[in-house]
Amino acid sequence: MKNRLVLFIPLVLFLVMGVFLYKGLFLNPQQLDSALEGKPIPAFQLERLENANEIITNESLKGQVSLLNVWATWCPSCKYEHPHLMRLARQNILPIYGINYRDERPLAIRELSREGDPYTMNIFDHDGRLGLDLGVYGAPESYLVDHNGIIRYRYAGPIDMRVWNETLYPMIQELQAQARAEGAS
Amino acid sequence: MKTFIALISALLLSISVLGSAVATPVDTYEFKSVDNQKRALELAHSLRCPQCQNQNLIDSNSPVAQDLRLEVYQMVDAGKADEEIINFMTSRYGEFVLYKPKMEAKTYALWLGPIGLLLIGLLIGFIFVRKQRISGAVEQEISAEDQAELDKLLKRASK
Repeated sequence: MKNRLVLFIPLVLFLVMGVFLYKGLFLNPQQLDSALEGKPIPAFQLERLENANEIITNESLKGQVSLLNVWATWCPSCKYEHPHLMRLARQNILPIYGINYRDERPLAIRELSREGDPYTMNIFDHDGRLGLDLGVYGAPESYLVDHNGIIRYRYAGPIDMRVWNETLYPMIQELQAQARAEGAS
Repeated sequence: MKTFIALISALLLSISVLGSAVATPVDTYEFKSVDNQKRALELAHSLRCPQCQNQNLIDSNSPVAQDLRLEVYQMVDAGKADEEIINFMTSRYGEFVLYKPKMEAKTYALWLGPIGLLLIGLLIGFIFVRKQRISGAVEQEISAEDQAELDKLLKRASK
């Protein structure tokens, strides 16, 4: 009887492997963990897109929970994302800071004036240096930053209503509650 | 004469097109020394492009790979150690960019798993062979009844 049970070991191994591999079919290899989650926004000093004389630094982004959104005029998925961002901007839940990534200033300004501007302000990252420090590997990408300027979550890909409702909004509510609690104490 | 010049220019054009087709992206960067170039290329070969995930930094033509490649070259020329450059990459893009993962608690299964599996295999093989040898060593006894039955069958078969 004992020997009979031993014969089932390969079947069990096969089933365990099968389950793992089956699960692997539904993983998205493009969805990488960000190495920056839990770390502060990298130090930077860049011009504001709308005004070259105004310098924005990482300190400018502290103080409240915010969303950093990497975008560019050459990025088709950003165009898909744009109306969703417009809607979020109208709801006025948190400031959305744009990082205009490896783009041309006149093109970007024209795009925003034509399609609408969901951003509280735009950081002009012409050389992609801030993008490199953030570990950006393609636009659009979004970073959820808490009130201390710590990156709490990175989402690679366009934000749409599903991502917003299922992932981002619950996290934002939690972070904003934390910010309020710390502000009160 | 005109046709001759046209022919020559066509030939030159085709050579230049062919030439650019075999050129590597490395050609656009001037290294300070040959040693630096060798080290930088080796490093860039061992780092994975985060965008097109089955290519290394040299193979890939995506903008982010170009940026990272240039970054590696510049850091090598600036005299940075391999370790520093790898830290620079992993602190931004995560362990993912390393084709050869670091040896740490998280990756023990990855590094030692194959050796473990080999040992288990050898163990099973050893037990199996030993069992076979023991059972093979014992002469199989046959009862008189069975022997009679066997003789009967053999006789019938030979008829």
